[in-house]
Amino acid sequence: MKVIGLDIGSRTIALVEFDGQDIVNFEITDTGANSLERCRKLLEGREYENLVATGYGRHLLASHFGSNVVTEIKAYAQGAHFLYPDARSVIDIGGQDSKTISLNGNGGVLKFEMNDRCAAGTGRFLETMARVMGMPIEEFGQYALSANGISVKVNSMCTVFAESEVISLIAKNEDGRRIALGLHEAISERIAGMVRRVGLKQRIVFAGGVAKNPCITRLLSQKLGWGLTMPEEPQIVGALGAAIIAYRQIADS
Amino acid sequence: MTDYLQIWEDLGLDIDRHNTLLDILPGVYQDVYLSQENRPEGMKYFDFVVSEIHGLRVKELVEHKEKGGKVFGTFCVYVPDELIIAAGGAAVGLCGGTDFSIPAAEEILPRNLCPLIKSAFGFKVSRTCPYFEVADLVVGETTCDGKKKTWEIFGEHAPMYVMELPQCKEEGDKELWFHELYRFKDKVEEVTSNTITSENLIEAINIVDARRAALQRLFDLRKSDPTPISGLDALLISQIYFYDEPVRFTNQVNELCDELEERIQKGEGAFSKGTTRMLTAGTPMAIPHWKLHNIVEKSGAAIVCEESCVGTRSLTGETESKGDSLDDLLESIGERQFKINCACFTPNDERLDDIIDLAREYKIDGVIQYVLQFCQPFSIESVKVQQALEKAGIPSISIESDYSMEDVGQLQTRIEAFLEVVG
Ligand code: SF4
Ligand code: SF4
Repeated sequence: MKVIGLDIGSRTIALVEFDGQDIVNFEITDTGANSLERCRKLLEGREYENLVATGYGRHLLASHFGSNVVTEIKAYAQGAHFLYPDARSVIDIGGQDSKTISLNGNGGVLKFEMNDRCAAGTGRFLETMARVMGMPIEEFGQYALSANGISVKVNSMCTVFAESEVISLIAKNEDGRRIALGLHEAISERIAGMVRRVGLKQRIVFAGGVAKNPCITRLLSQKLGWGLTMPEEPQIVGALGAAIIAYRQIADS
Repeated sequence: MTDYLQIWEDLGLDIDRHNTLLDILPGVYQDVYLSQENRPEGMKYFDFVVSEIHGLRVKELVEHKEKGGKVFGTFCVYVPDELIIAAGGAAVGLCGGTDFSIPAAEEILPRNLCPLIKSAFGFKVSRTCPYFEVADLVVGETTCDGKKKTWEIFGEHAPMYVMELPQCKEEGDKELWFHELYRFKDKVEEVTSNTITSENLIEAINIVDARRAALQRLFDLRKSDPTPISGLDALLISQIYFYDEPVRFTNQVNELCDELEERIQKGEGAFSKGTTRMLTAGTPMAIPHWKLHNIVEKSGAAIVCEESCVGTRSLTGETESKGDSLDDLLESIGERQFKINCACFTPNDERLDDIIDLAREYKIDGVIQYVLQFCQPFSIESVKVQQALEKAGIPSISIESDYSMEDVGQLQTRIEAFLEVVG
């Protein structure tokens, strides 16, 4: 028996095929302008007995495909628990939002925090800043690390204000690498604050697209004083969790 | 609707803008309200009131004025309707609940003010709410800084009167408030040219108490599982409470309650038995701010109580008559009001107890603290509320939002996740 979990995020869509034991297959694609169409393409030709959607587009998918829905919070908790049964905290920083979750030994959610509507502390903040600095987002973290620990302090956490702050720093001829590091420090501090609010316990799984940024992972683990576990594919944790839930729904019925 | 055009014109409304506003409402009401299942028959009256939102009631108020009556606009449950009604006046709540009027307010006021104030202020300056225009006197109070300082500017646009509300709950504060009640009594008499006597005040107290008792009855019925009425519908009634004709409102609510009692007898409800039950706590939700209730109930949980001034805080206490003299009566009104635990007071630990009591009485599964953005009193107090709830072992989530729709997706995720945790 095979089931599918889909995580329709603001930037990427992740699909996981699951057979109750292992991830049989997975795929990640850009969300693009028409997420529904993307999902249709992704699902084309795949056979499955149940489909559970999570992420921003979950309700949209549900209304067209009759799938069940779970929130990203529950999905990430389940996914992280499957990968690391001893996981007790999950940090997920995606394109549009960031969340921290504390979980019990069964992958159940105990407490969670999510950023409010503001983009500070999300992947979008980094994306905007990388764009202002003319950097591809994939290289932004490495670039910041090359400042060798010397940063220029960026005071604004608001995306709009930080943008103009960065522009004026560039105009002052500050070293781009140091500005980049300053930005990474600012966002890490913000995320660390959110993590502390849910209460942190080992093991901490760091998922979502931003977990691929080596500078954030390093700063965050320094600030928290604990190591972070990065799944091999940090972007599929939510889809995996959705797939696990999809499997359980069938197995239970 | 054209029936009312003349009235609106006479009131000096900006007709084009007002039409735009009226065009929005039916669609929203359909999506939010009429699409609900298992609604009680008795909601028909309240649906009708909404369909006539700027019509029939405004017409009544205009007629009331033609007969020499006066209209008082208010913003806070501390402003005593009793005195207004005793002097033959009509009281209408003016709190704003839509972002439609906010851009007009932001042309003048700072943007970092709570949406309730901005929405109300915007209605006045853009002349898009007939209730503001029909009011002979707008009564403000010194509660939060946002309101207090806005009144100074509001006074440039409308006849304004401000009651000084104390900030603490000591004897001296009560004295100040009693003094304010007397001052307000004089003002009401001056505006209406009527004298407030112990006879007409007793009558008015009875009207207002009966209205409160009817709403209390409705709230008590919501303690059943399944709840006989949706949170959305109950919220609407709490909102209409502030502007409908009080005696008619009381009768309609009581009629509805009769029906709800039958429903409970038959084990019927707006949701199925065992549905996750939520209590909301925090800032008032003025009509048509239905955002939170809509998200929660469309996610499958039921809101069974609102700890809010559009909710339990407007029900606080009964008027315990100390005697029949005017002094006694004014004092009883003041005593009753002093039991309303608003975050504008300090300290305000009684509110924490209220919330925990409500959580137990209504057998809720979780509390949603709801605070309008930029509301300092309730936002800061939410920290204490959360601590108290944690200590009592009651799950809660704190939400800050406003009247815009931008954050709906995100709120939905947070609320659904909260329901997954408690459900
Ligand atoms: S919340 Fe406070 S200021 Fe607002 S209406 Fe209630 S008592 Fe008045
Ligand atoms: S919601 Fe808060 S800020 Fe707004 S009027 Fe009420 S007390 Fe003042």
